[in-house]
Amino acid sequence: MEEFDPVIVAYCCHYCAYTAADMAGSMRLGYPPGIKIIRVPCTGKVDPLHVMRALMDGADGVLIAGCLKGDCHFKNGNIKALKRTAYLKQWMDEIGIESERVEMVMMSAGMGKQFVRIVTDFLDNIRLLGPCPKNTNQQSNRILSELV
Amino acid sequence: MITAERKPLDEIASCIEPYNRILLVGCNECVTVCAAGGRKEVAMLSSALQMVSMKQGKTLSVVEMTLERQCDPEYVESLALHIDGVDAVVSMACGCGVQEIARRFGQVRVFPAVNTKFMGASERAGVWAERCQGCGDCLLGLTGGICPIARCSKRLMNGPCGGSGDGKCEISGEVDCAWHLIWERMKALGIEDRYEEVISAKDWRPARGGGPRKIIREDLQ
Repeated sequence: MEEFDPVIVAYCCHYCAYTAADMAGSMRLGYPPGIKIIRVPCTGKVDPLHVMRALMDGADGVLIAGCLKGDCHFKNGNIKALKRTAYLKQWMDEIGIESERVEMVMMSAGMGKQFVRIVTDFLDNIRLLGPCPKNTNQQSNRILSELV
Repeated sequence: MITAERKPLDEIASCIEPYNRILLVGCNECVTVCAAGGRKEVAMLSSALQMVSMKQGKTLSVVEMTLERQCDPEYVESLALHIDGVDAVVSMACGCGVQEIARRFGQVRVFPAVNTKFMGASERAGVWAERCQGCGDCLLGLTGGICPIARCSKRLMNGPCGGSGDGKCEISGEVDCAWHLIWERMKALGIEDRYEEVISAKDWRPARGGGPRKIIREDLQ
């Protein structure tokens, strides 16, 4: 059986997790290629819609990686992201998708090693869950968007 | 504003279960402010419904639109371009918007995606509270700007009742006693003597007692 390679979208705060990922690179620490990093100015900038659309359009899991509590460059963006993650998990439950597919983690810019461990563990968990949404062997639904 | 809350996803999904193409319509007014049915909520619900459908191995096409106001026929008319291409409409506006779409496009099923709750104000980020019941005969001038109809659990015209304690209503420690608030406001305004005046029994005909209401302005027609 072909092994499932999950696609993970990781929204990483510029001031911590993104720099930690950079540090991991400088330290020549590898992490799975399925982790797709999107740099954001703060995790408070990550809208629940960004996560929903990522999952709908093919991501198997979404990680939101922000600063440690009390360290947010914008005071409380990471706390807002925590609350939004909880809100998103409620949506996941309603949709019938495992809420573990969306997680928030916190780290500092110096935690390159920890970054690799966290994203690898998350990807392993998603691999156990399987593709998202399950049972779909069709192409992603067509979205017709017209905002008036 | 008119406040609303999204219906459970199961309920919305079951309404549109027979259909493959839906028009999901939000409103830029009240439901946007109370984060129930604006452009962002339309996009969230669209994604969720599509994921539910994908899980069932089906394909759901969603046309997302958000009107400036769903309770005005001028704006609702813009849906005419899309209505023939869909099997059903799901509205995220208050009940007024849902009914306006249903009135204009009688040939297509229209489903509400939110429960319209009350006329309220924002107390702080993410919290809305009831402030007005549209009784049609405003008495806020008598009560220091605090409405006993909307904010007293018993809608007492002369209060408080025996259930008031420590400024809270007996129904819940979370609910302020409206008449306690009125008294405190009257003291702050130096008009405690007005409290002695008995407010007469309310005429409910201008409220809902006289049947569905209508405002007609000849000068605007």
